[in-house]
Amino acid sequence: MSANNREAVFPTRMTLGMMKGKLKGATQGHNLLKRKSEALTKRFRDITRKIDESKHKMGRVMQTAAFSLAEVTYATGDNINYQVQESVRSARLRVRAKEENVSGVKLPSFSSYYVEENSDFSLTGLGRGGQQVQKAKAVYSKAVETLVELASLQTAFVILDEVIKITNRRVNAIEHVIIPRTENTIKYINSELDELDREEFYRLKKVQDKKARDTAAQDAEQKKQALEAAAREEKVGHAEATESADLTADKDDDVIF
Amino acid sequence: MATTQKDREFLAVIGDEDSVTGLLLAGIGNVSDDAEKKKNFFVVDAKTENEAIEKAFDEFTNTRKDIAILLINQHIADKIRFRVDTYTQAFPALLEIPSKDHPYVPEKDSVLRRVRRLFGDN
Repeated sequence: MSANNREAVFPTRMTLGMMKGKLKGATQGHNLLKRKSEALTKRFRDITRKIDESKHKMGRVMQTAAFSLAEVTYATGDNINYQVQESVRSARLRVRAKEENVSGVKLPSFSSYYVEENSDFSLTGLGRGGQQVQKAKAVYSKAVETLVELASLQTAFVILDEVIKITNRRVNAIEHVIIPRTENTIKYINSELDELDREEFYRLKKVQDKKARDTAAQDAEQKKQALEAAAREEKVGHAEATESADLTADKDDDVIF
Repeated sequence: MATTQKDREFLAVIGDEDSVTGLLLAGIGNVSDDAEKKKNFFVVDAKTENEAIEKAFDEFTNTRKDIAILLINQHIADKIRFRVDTYTQAFPALLEIPSKDHPYVPEKDSVLRRVRRLFGDN
């Protein structure tokens, strides 16, 4: 398995250094990403809790709003829907998106604002029910503000959900794929290098052995030669010696100390 | 991305007549100045076909780039539930709102269901 789960590299000292650097980087990246994921998850939990609350609040607010609209319909007559829909020109209530940065993730948050010069139905319900219309307007404006708030929470929720998924995927990929593989590669390179070392050592031993043998042989040869030479010399010397012995022997009697 | 977010400044509604009227009273309604006179609201009544709702949904979510938040009545979202549940874009934000005749059921809400699932309770 370890043979399969590693990168295809040549086992050299340089790649070993590279792999070690990579492992270090991966560990560091893993730590950082994990921390990012934790920060995001914390934020995410806050947001989900808020969404849960706001959704229920929205339910109540919309109910009130619907009730005030019913009052309007009752006071003005049936054609109010048509009147309102036809008198729409340009939006008075608009939203703008701001960006908030949560550990590198841009979360939009909407805020509503009014464009005052645009039509605000001041003439609607002029005949009768004007008060109800104004009240409904106020209630619905409140409701829309709640909705906008909820929408920004929800958008943040969707984006965070996505980002957390990606971050966790990265964390897991580093933890379960990249780090083990790099470790395996390092192990592989180390074992190969050790193997090479052993081979080299063995080779050196062999060479040393051979050299020792050679020197021994040479020594022996030299010794032999020396011995032979000595023997030869001795022989010659012996001959000379015998001669000189003879000489000395001859002289011996003559020389007097 | 930042520029596209900045351009989105309208709310859009798909809803029954009363919800739409109420929201228009709040001042979210907008009719484009050009010849097309595009409205940012879509009224659904008992006779409206589901295809028409889907078309409006598509227009507000994909075609138009000036909508930040899309409000849709929950009982109408139910009609195109598949489309709503598979909608995962961040922009525009999709928000299910209750209507007068149909009380709000948190269990049906696509986002709230995900919230619930994440917390693991019901």
